[in-house]
Amino acid sequence: MARMESAQVPLPTSAPSSAASVPAATARPRHSALVRITHWITTLSFLALLVSGFEIVISHPRFYWGETGNVRTPALFQIPIPASRHLVQTGYGYVLPDQNGWSRYLHFQAAWIAVLTGLLYVISLLFTGHLRKDLLPNRSDLSWRSFSTTLASHLRFAKPSEEEAWSYNLLQRLSYLFVIFVLFPSVIWTGLAMSPAFVSAFPATVNLLGGQQSARTLHFFVSLALLLFLLVHVGMIFLAGFSSRMRAMISGQPLTHKERT
Amino acid sequence: MTNPASRKLSRRKLIVGGLAATAGVAGLGVAARIAQKYGLVPPDHGGIYGLGETLTYASQRLLTRHSLAREFPKSQISQPPFANEVEPPSDQFKRFQAGHFADWRLDVDGMVARPTSFSLDQLKSYPSQSQITMLQCEEGWSYIAEWIGVPLSHVLDVVGALPQARYVFYFSIEPDTWETIDMADALHPQTLLTYGMNGDELPVGHGGPLRLRVPRQVGYKNVKFINHLTVSDNLKGFGKGLGSASADAGYAWYAGI
Repeated sequence: MARMESAQVPLPTSAPSSAASVPAATARPRHSALVRITHWITTLSFLALLVSGFEIVISHPRFYWGETGNVRTPALFQIPIPASRHLVQTGYGYVLPDQNGWSRYLHFQAAWIAVLTGLLYVISLLFTGHLRKDLLPNRSDLSWRSFSTTLASHLRFAKPSEEEAWSYNLLQRLSYLFVIFVLFPSVIWTGLAMSPAFVSAFPATVNLLGGQQSARTLHFFVSLALLLFLLVHVGMIFLAGFSSRMRAMISGQPLTHKERT
Repeated sequence: MTNPASRKLSRRKLIVGGLAATAGVAGLGVAARIAQKYGLVPPDHGGIYGLGETLTYASQRLLTRHSLAREFPKSQISQPPFANEVEPPSDQFKRFQAGHFADWRLDVDGMVARPTSFSLDQLKSYPSQSQITMLQCEEGWSYIAEWIGVPLSHVLDVVGALPQARYVFYFSIEPDTWETIDMADALHPQTLLTYGMNGDELPVGHGGPLRLRVPRQVGYKNVKFINHLTVSDNLKGFGKGLGSASADAGYAWYAGI
């Protein structure tokens, strides 16, 4: 289905002719094996971090700013959910079971796996040209006109064009870069800043954030931003064509064998 | 596959791959032995969360063995200091409390040259140390207080902990409340047998008369009402052999994170 605007405005073709003219039967995968493997390991780790992080938060769903905070100090805000401990007054008449043992184990293990996988991915960015080719916006795309065109088509929930199955559009590139180089480093930093042993050796990690409770609050918000990214990301997959995008990230080939031949 | 060259290649690949795998396994074995030798392997290194725990503990021991927990100015002491809820005290504890803890003893045994039973006065006669540090609970809340006590390392010196010691058990007078730390934390200058807080006696709500402060680990490692220490080279013989009541309940043994 061709989009109306494609006739009027130049499409934000991120990878110009090469992408559009990828021969159907080419063996070159849409995503390299390394990208596909690191993508799914990160997916699993992130889901584990989300679930375990939520479990940890419900043991004390109050947030503070500064160095210290507890039920005797004013809260910055409190999430209106039941808690898994008696300490916090939630207004609910019950206390959920304590799940912090396995949650903390899982949280830190998944964090290690996510960090090591992310490190492998970022190092590979330098050697494979993936960063320049697929993530950094093309010079021609770096204009307000091109940005607003992409944004407008997103806001209309328009189905992406064919060539976007082979190359990221501008908005995708910017959001992936933001997730890789801003959100993930921030969530790692704010997480480490909560560790009493880590900050004993590297006190600046927590002092720069304004205190341990500030780090906890920021960790919560960065995690929310990552969750928001996940929801939009999955939503876009459905919009763009779930099976072709999933095939591209699993086998590397967006098209089925039949479609290719 | 009929091409002999390709078969040769695949055989070579097989050999190279096999050698690489063998070298990898051998390398891992050597790494594990070195890690064991330098005390980089936590007791809960097995099981499904063993990978994460081992990476955390090994990194901490490599990066932070001697680093000091952050200390704060007096102005940052939490007012009022927050005391977490404790179980209602046992009759035994109430008897000590009625006598103002004059009869409270700290028994130290295990791998020590001179097993000793200390009174609180004896502990207070040693050079005292005070620190303004944060106590943070694994749940997420925290407070800052001034903690006054005698460094655990001094007491271990007095009793003559043997060189093969690897862990120190510390037990609360209350049932099922005990932990262990490794020697890196036991000998750390900020690990205090604490009897005072904010210029006063340590309140019962905060673990008085005696609490072990391990400021580089979260709250549950900071056990209240300490009356017994055991020095050991292993974690067997208590609870499930995992080295702490919290570990028996499914929590990580190392809580410096």
